[in-house]
Amino acid sequence: MAEPQPKPRELPYVAAITEGVRTVMQEQPDAFVAGEDVAEAGGVYGYYNGILKEFGPDRVFDTPISEEGIVGLGVGAAATGCRPIIDVMFMDFMGECMDEIANQLAKMRYMFGGRATLPVTILSMAGAGASLAAQHSQSLEAWICHLPGLKVVMACTPYDAKGLIISAARDDNPVIVVLNKMSLAMMGPVPEESYTVPIGEANLVRSGSNYTIISYGRMVHEALAAATQLEKLGIDAEVIDLRSLQPLDSDAIVASVKKTHRAMIVHEAVRFGGFGGEITAQIQELAFDYLDAPVARVGAPFSPVPFSPVLEATYVPNADRIVAEAKQQLGL
Amino acid sequence: MSSEITDDILLDIHRRMVRIRTFEERAGKMMEDGKIPGALHLYVGQEAIASAVMVHLSNEDYITGTHRGHGHLIAKGGEFTYMFAELYGKATGYCKGKGGSMHISNLDLGMLGANGIVGGGPPIAMGAAFSCKFRKTKNVSISFFGDGASNEGAFHEAANMAALYKLPCVFICENNGYGEYTPQANHQAIVDVADRAPGYGMPGVVVDGMDAVAVYEAAGEAIARAREGGGPTLLECKTYRYYDHVGVRGMGLSYRTDEEVEQWRLKDPIVNFEARLAEQGVLSPEAAQAIHEEVLKEVEAGIEFAEASPDPDPAAVTEDVYA
Repeated sequence: MAEPQPKPRELPYVAAITEGVRTVMQEQPDAFVAGEDVAEAGGVYGYYNGILKEFGPDRVFDTPISEEGIVGLGVGAAATGCRPIIDVMFMDFMGECMDEIANQLAKMRYMFGGRATLPVTILSMAGAGASLAAQHSQSLEAWICHLPGLKVVMACTPYDAKGLIISAARDDNPVIVVLNKMSLAMMGPVPEESYTVPIGEANLVRSGSNYTIISYGRMVHEALAAATQLEKLGIDAEVIDLRSLQPLDSDAIVASVKKTHRAMIVHEAVRFGGFGGEITAQIQELAFDYLDAPVARVGAPFSPVPFSPVLEATYVPNADRIVAEAKQQLGL
Repeated sequence: MSSEITDDILLDIHRRMVRIRTFEERAGKMMEDGKIPGALHLYVGQEAIASAVMVHLSNEDYITGTHRGHGHLIAKGGEFTYMFAELYGKATGYCKGKGGSMHISNLDLGMLGANGIVGGGPPIAMGAAFSCKFRKTKNVSISFFGDGASNEGAFHEAANMAALYKLPCVFICENNGYGEYTPQANHQAIVDVADRAPGYGMPGVVVDGMDAVAVYEAAGEAIARAREGGGPTLLECKTYRYYDHVGVRGMGLSYRTDEEVEQWRLKDPIVNFEARLAEQGVLSPEAAQAIHEEVLKEVEAGIEFAEASPDPDPAAVTEDVYA
């Protein structure tokens, strides 16, 4: 008689990040971790706990609060043979290092005629919901997706967090892994061994027949909750987690829309000028004749992230807003 | 320690300076004639610095340049053929025509790029210095930057981190007295950028950047200390750009006087160096002239190569974005 299958091991998102970093450090002798509070303190959210102890101060070290210096360190080290893991504590701080990200890291290979390789992995924490207000809560992926030369991925589960970090570190391009602070305690299955989540492939997290919700990051979970609610309205929604924004899996989006004929994009970032606009444009370019309704977009209102829990709850999209938007879109 | 300067080294520095001067004078002319697209920031007047620093380095040592970066690449061993081809935007250029003057680079020579962003280079040089230490080589990384860049936060962050981690890094400020078109007195309250060094916890040294021997000795000391694990130095070289911030025209301008330009030209790094070498019996005026002619031929060959080279295939526009 066959042994009963053991329940897959579950880890919280935060520990999956740690395991991803540890795996990279074990597999790649040229990898190091640099960032604010990453060594002695184990990171502000603790996801570097134990990394210093295991790999030592030559490979894991605290930096001054100098984001431009930290990313520049990564650029110079990567161009000369290292594989840096750079921590930008909050995505909001990218303003401090945007020259090194946008003008140096993203472009160096191209400007040098393909004669530079920059295997830099940047980990950064995004997302609202913790009353951290306007400068510690943003989702700024649209800034960096607009920069040719960067890859951008967002992890919404513990499994994806570990797998995307390992993929990012194996990639010979700069990859920014956007993590979500509200997901840190989320439990999910995470294999103990090393594995990758492919960069550039969307994940169909729920199959459906007549509606497509395209999302990424923490909003995937709200989209799934909304899909359950939508069932009662006779809507059988498919949910796509893009996982990778750059490169974007346009094929997966188009294939789904051709099947379901109706689409919505959900992201936590400000709706105006957000990444959803790009997806919407691609759908109308590549699947216009298949659409039975205008493409809907759900995102944050056009304001900074507020502090008050009441205001913040109004600000961040959720399942109810997704359902309301779908009803309006479909005239239900 | 001060490095013993041999006749061979003097001649080596001289040739590098002449190569830079000759290349730049011709490149400026080509830009004015409309043969080179875009904008050039010429290194003429500052040749002693790149030349006297680079004789201390091998191809495994790294440098980051500035927007005024041709001189850095030439002194690091850049070939005129691929350099002119790059300035022309040709497929045979060092960067396949994708970088041009402001991003000219060659990683095989350890040259991590000129940079269109003032202050963009110091963090990268600091990162390359970290890499030397991390990989346990004895190599060093040199950041060239100007007085203008010394006001950028990026320089401050890089200098602080290099000193904190005791990296094999040398920050070489080419203080030509102007941040673009703004005189130093209007962009910072100090006269010597090197005064900032103690604030980072590193030595600060000021030398006459028009005197190749002075630069050679000061750079030698800083580089040797960096190689031995003694950490970074901020070496400020007082210099002058004969031509404009961008392009050629150097005289008759509103932001500086012609008299000022003429005074600095009296300190010309090549003319004075040649007089010294002649006096010391190291290089006769005739021999110096022969070197100028030889280098000019090399320049002409470079231009010929560039002009005969193919343009990039338009399809290459989206190549090399990703590895």
